[in-house]
Amino acid sequence: MTQTMMRSELEPAGLMFRVLPTGMYAGRSSVLVERSYLVNKRAWLIIFSGFFETLFFLFGLGFGFGRMVGEVAGPGGTPISYVAFIAPALLAASAMNGSVYDATFNIFFKFKYSRLYDAMLATPLGPLDIAIGEITWALIRGALYAGGFLAVMLGMGLLTSHWALLALPAAILISFGFAAVGMACTTFMRSWQDFDYVQLALMPMFLFSSTFFPLSVYPEPLQFAIKCFPLYHAIEIMRGLCTGFVDLSMLGHLGYFAAMVAIGVTVAAKRLGKLLLS
Amino acid sequence: MTTVLARQATGRVLSPTRASLLVVGGLWTWYRRNWRASVTSGFLQPVLYLVALGFGFGSQVTASPATLGLPYVQYLAPALLAASLMQVAAFESTYPILAAFRWQRTYLAIASTPITPSQVLAGQLGWIAIRLSFTAVAFTLVAAVLGAVTGPGIILAVLISVLTGMAVSAPIVAYAATLENEGQGFNVIFRFIILPMTLFAGTFFPVDQLPGWAHPLVWITPLWHGTELSRDAAFGTLELWPTLGHLTYLAAVVGVGVYLGRRVFNRRLAV
Amino acid sequence: MGGNGALVRADGLTKRFGEFEAVRGIDLDVRPGEAFGFLGPNGAGKSSTMRMISCVSPRSGGELTVLGMDPDRQGPRIRARLGVVPQLDNLDNDLSVRQNLHIYGRYFGLGKAHLRDKAAELLDFAQLTERADDPVEPLSGGMKRRLTIARSLINDPELLLLDEPTTGLDPQARHLLWDKLFRLKQDGVTLIVTTHYMDEAEQLCDRLVVMDNGRIAAEGSPGELIAKYSTREVLELRFAPGTQQDIEPLVADLADRVEVLPDRLLLYTADGEAALAAAHSRGVQPLSSLVRRSTLEDVFLRLTGRTLVD
Repeated sequence: MTQTMMRSELEPAGLMFRVLPTGMYAGRSSVLVERSYLVNKRAWLIIFSGFFETLFFLFGLGFGFGRMVGEVAGPGGTPISYVAFIAPALLAASAMNGSVYDATFNIFFKFKYSRLYDAMLATPLGPLDIAIGEITWALIRGALYAGGFLAVMLGMGLLTSHWALLALPAAILISFGFAAVGMACTTFMRSWQDFDYVQLALMPMFLFSSTFFPLSVYPEPLQFAIKCFPLYHAIEIMRGLCTGFVDLSMLGHLGYFAAMVAIGVTVAAKRLGKLLLS
Repeated sequence: MTTVLARQATGRVLSPTRASLLVVGGLWTWYRRNWRASVTSGFLQPVLYLVALGFGFGSQVTASPATLGLPYVQYLAPALLAASLMQVAAFESTYPILAAFRWQRTYLAIASTPITPSQVLAGQLGWIAIRLSFTAVAFTLVAAVLGAVTGPGIILAVLISVLTGMAVSAPIVAYAATLENEGQGFNVIFRFIILPMTLFAGTFFPVDQLPGWAHPLVWITPLWHGTELSRDAAFGTLELWPTLGHLTYLAAVVGVGVYLGRRVFNRRLAV
Repeated sequence: MGGNGALVRADGLTKRFGEFEAVRGIDLDVRPGEAFGFLGPNGAGKSSTMRMISCVSPRSGGELTVLGMDPDRQGPRIRARLGVVPQLDNLDNDLSVRQNLHIYGRYFGLGKAHLRDKAAELLDFAQLTERADDPVEPLSGGMKRRLTIARSLINDPELLLLDEPTTGLDPQARHLLWDKLFRLKQDGVTLIVTTHYMDEAEQLCDRLVVMDNGRIAAEGSPGELIAKYSTREVLELRFAPGTQQDIEPLVADLADRVEVLPDRLLLYTADGEAALAAAHSRGVQPLSSLVRRSTLEDVFLRLTGRTLVD
């Protein structure tokens, strides 16, 4: 039989994955990325247009609102222009929206409707290849958006500190956190109706996590509630790095996302294995 | 051959109005079973925008001539009403239409009954207008409770906003009916037409804060005419000629959309 | 031909899509109470013809009357009296089984009370009474098909059009459907069926036309067509692919006609067993052999040189 050959073909790439049941991982996630690249090459307009969404918000609200409010309290209470206030928040929000969309709607569609994964699992690929491949693609896309947006901010003179060099990696971490949790949630979804809950979670977060106005607007108890949302921490990270107001609290915000990544990936991998290989 | 029984079919042809109303009735039956999905986009989203931007962001804005001397949330409410209806209209005019032509082919089923393609279109647009009215009334009630409404003029603003929504809906329905693919073009509509209209057509801030070259672009959007009218109606500042101008423009856009829609529906449902 | 009271009459009926001519001038005549079939492969022009008859597709040329009226001018009046089962189900998946019947009936101007009774009767007919309040989405293919047929009967149609009614169904579901259609025919419903299955055509149709490339190649009852275009029996001789042409000259005179297929020879003859014995006596050694009765498939092969399903 061909078993000897198969085993060498299937040898997992990293030590970490050897603890997983066999068949979960074949070290071929890059195939998924390659596939996404091929598919998206033809749909570049959609990718490109997603970038514009954030720009429209920046110009529309940054300038339109900006004329009405002048300056607002930025990180540490120092007043900054409204555009400088809102731009990093929009960057964080776009990282959230983009990666959650990729990790929920997109994956659910491929999973349930186009049966793409069934075809993949008929090859040596395992569920973990799929999970890692899809998340990697979401991150590449997120990095492209974030890079473009940061370039626009730089051109507009909104990056006022060297810390801004870390904004891109931070944006990728934020995307990773949201994508991992999003994917974990997707594995629990049964129908399109469930995606209402995704919308229901994203929209209020987008509107209320100090994106458009400072946290100080809220009464104390509400401020505490807002601080539980991941987007709040993402916005704090981006605002801090873009304006150069960095202190120890940054570690807390980063830790929040590290935890999201860890929990999301673990749950997603376990659930995917159960769903796809049963 | 066997002798033939004289069978008499029970179906009959209906007047165009009744036929269109039956299509509305069919969509209403569908909605009664599937309304949950519309609560988030159709009701919660506008209300949350009002709270977040009207009150939250509004707390940073001092009343000024730019806000017509009003608290920001009161300045925002009538225009947000029009903008929200535009968004609901755009959504109701894209995927549901594509589904009825392609995914579920329900329009094709209706076309094999005495209902004509034009009546299908009339019923669909009628239903969207009703949906918009639900949303408008619900939003207005919440806005009133939150103190964002300045007076009874908002009732007129509700009607104007529904008209604005239809000026967006009718052309998009016609476009959606032409699609042979899975609706990739909708992304372009949402991102390059609906979103910029929402942000730049005078809903959140006066248009004169935009650079001069952008003004003509704003003037051709149905939403700008809608927000102007809606604010004037809500604040009791309607003037005869501008009002007539805005109404004529909106009605003309609806008319063009219906005309195009009829052509496409007839082409698609009678090939 | 052409007696009074034909439910459907076509004369030089043509359908063009741009340059492409899907239906190229066909004549036909469907009589009250009969089951009339269009048999032909995919792309023969059957569905285009059906759509013209169901008044959702204007003709490009020729004459067509349905129930004595012109579809181009009196579409809604004709459709009020038709039942249509399309090739692809177009049920509303988000509604319940019963709601699908009800809403569809409303489009025919039927009253709610009437529809309540009618829906109950049709649910029973389609054996879906127990699923009446379930959504349509999870039903099996056969159930959806039965529901589509039940729906098409909501207005007690005088003429029922069925486009590929059993394509994609398993054998059991097909027989169940044929049974239902047979009952309708007995109730006096005139049926027009398109199919690319010869067994379906034989089961259902009193009379049929064989369509190929937008034209009618032959017309008659299944028995007539077989008698006219084929022989009583067929001897099939199977060989290793590629060797069958060499055998053909050896057996050519044993049958009225010989068809060479990629893996076998078909010998058309009144007596298959006799032909087989003769072939054996000449030293022909097929991998396997089979004597069977002629079918519409043979008629089609004779008329077009091609098989129905490929």
